[in-house]
Amino acid sequence: MTSTRTVQTGAAAGPEAVMDVEEPFIRVEHLSKVFHKSRRAGVWRRKRGPGFTAVDDVSFRVGRGEIFVVMGLSGSGKSTIIRMLNRLVETTSGSITVGGRDVLGLAPAQLRAYRNATINMVFQHFGLFPHKSLIDNVSFGLKVRGVDKATREAKATEALGLVGLGDRIHAMPEELSGGMRQRVGLARALATDAEILLMDEPFSALDPLIRKDMQELLIKLQRNFKKTIVFVTHDLNEAMHLGDRIMVMKQGRMIQTGTARELLDAPADPYIEEFVAEVDRSRVLTAGMLATTTGQATTGAHAAAPAGQALPAEPVPSVGAGTTLHEVLGVFAAGADAVQVFDEHHTSLGRVSAGAVFAALAPKEYGTEGARP
Amino acid sequence: MNLDPGGWFEAAIDWLLEYFGWFFDAIAGFVNLIVGGVETVLIGLHPFLVIALLVGIAAVLTRSVGLSVFSLATFALIVSMGLWVETMATLGIVMVAVIIAVIIGIPLGIWAALSPTVSRILRPVLDLMQAMPVFVYLIPAVFFFGVGTVPGIAATIVFSIPPGVRLTELGIRQLDAELHEAATAFGARKSLILTDVQLPLAFPSIMAGVNQVIMLALSMVVVAGMVGAGGLGGVVVEGVAQLDAARGFEGGLAVVILAIYLDRVTSGARSLSLVARNRRLKKEHQAAQAEARTAAAAEPATVNA
Repeated sequence: MTSTRTVQTGAAAGPEAVMDVEEPFIRVEHLSKVFHKSRRAGVWRRKRGPGFTAVDDVSFRVGRGEIFVVMGLSGSGKSTIIRMLNRLVETTSGSITVGGRDVLGLAPAQLRAYRNATINMVFQHFGLFPHKSLIDNVSFGLKVRGVDKATREAKATEALGLVGLGDRIHAMPEELSGGMRQRVGLARALATDAEILLMDEPFSALDPLIRKDMQELLIKLQRNFKKTIVFVTHDLNEAMHLGDRIMVMKQGRMIQTGTARELLDAPADPYIEEFVAEVDRSRVLTAGMLATTTGQATTGAHAAAPAGQALPAEPVPSVGAGTTLHEVLGVFAAGADAVQVFDEHHTSLGRVSAGAVFAALAPKEYGTEGARP
Repeated sequence: MNLDPGGWFEAAIDWLLEYFGWFFDAIAGFVNLIVGGVETVLIGLHPFLVIALLVGIAAVLTRSVGLSVFSLATFALIVSMGLWVETMATLGIVMVAVIIAVIIGIPLGIWAALSPTVSRILRPVLDLMQAMPVFVYLIPAVFFFGVGTVPGIAATIVFSIPPGVRLTELGIRQLDAELHEAATAFGARKSLILTDVQLPLAFPSIMAGVNQVIMLALSMVVVAGMVGAGGLGGVVVEGVAQLDAARGFEGGLAVVILAIYLDRVTSGARSLSLVARNRRLKKEHQAAQAEARTAAAAEPATVNA
């Protein structure tokens, strides 16, 4: 999808090794959040009650233009994490740096400017202002910035056009369906040209079909805008479909961070294994992933050119790197037993054989048993 | 041991009178001036002119034919009962009391909504103000402002403020937390969130509060007749004192008519924001169309020039 996916190397290596993007845009170190229930002590004074650790020592880095998914069930602290990135929730300890700036040290005015111009948010229940028309909703961020009416309305109209609502700019949110409302939420975050989008389970409240549409819309928009997106979800299929990298959370702790492939191939603990078992691997794995893993062999074959040429040159169907195995299976069904994989620059990434596809789709335990003599 | 809260209350009033008497005199003078002005206008104008105005307001705010006809007929009844001057005096007192109560109550409600501490302090005070038998307010009011219209208005204000504060606070607090979060996440200042998000969305609740303030004020006005506030209260008190059932009933009927009118008109005004919004949308729509038309006409126009 994005270039970051192709630069990833090992599975278990630290974040530095995974992201060899120049400089991580968002750098989060040892982030923790303890919520205290306020308890009455006397008539007026309130005392801190016992604490509840919502987020426990979480570190991660997000590269520019990356979709970073925070995945976890409810209560895993995922929503708290993204709210700490724009300080809707204050941090108990740790540090957050965005583009080299210390977010936790921002003064109130700087914080408002940072929220307005750098980091916008899309909400689970859309967070649209019911008393404002779509255009006023979308231009809210620019109004906060003090942009004049004509400019901000032009910008808002443009943003609404991008999400396919260009003809409904004067409608009220209540007139729209859930999917359309979230398009407005997305347009509102696009209108400000903020580099970072925080998306808090943006598609969870939508019907499955609409959710699929919205995921495709996000992928399409991301291709053009290359925003840095921190995306929260409890749906691993969604996480693997959208995410360049995925951070799995459980009870406030980070369990594993990696690409979809890494989570599938090397789940760090039984919790993730259980999750992964539910995932439809054929829709997550792509031809490009298999081709890159067999890449070493292919490059080897290239180096030993005569050996490659010695093979009978049979015509093989070609597919794009982003083709899911689900689609590749269709190609095999049509009679081929291997496909040639090309990236967007029409460079060959190597071949993927039917056997490799079956091996990738087979649940792990069967694969290892079969390997035994 | 005998505690004497009544004595303390009296002592507090004496103390206030001794040191702040000038302050209460100033307020009394000011309020008298305003009420006098309003009453002069309402009574000075020809009854039919005032009725036409009141019916017109009802028609515009509620867009209900029924209410317009009803108010026309019932105000005519008041005139024919010979209670027009008293009714207008009462309307004047209610208007002044309500305006002052709203000017005090709505900001207090906003403050309470934004600050939990203020809310905690206000709650028992409002409870006390509402639960205290209304006659009790008249005693200190007479001490502070003497006999007449002003103590009536003062007692009316104290009695009628609570719903204004409460419903304003509730309207703002009820707001979906995600909306507040959304506005904050886009970098809005608290003042902008208040004026651009919280108050517009709390408007129906605030108007319900104003409606309640008016109703309480009207109910208090009769009681205020006991301290010589005049108007319909005076008529009713007179009827009671002289055991004149006819007079008392007529005074009461006029109060009821005024109450129904004010209630329907102010609850109708709650939809005013909706009307205003629709009008704005229509205007924007027309503007967009006009723009499209001028854009289309732009080329031939330059050719003509």
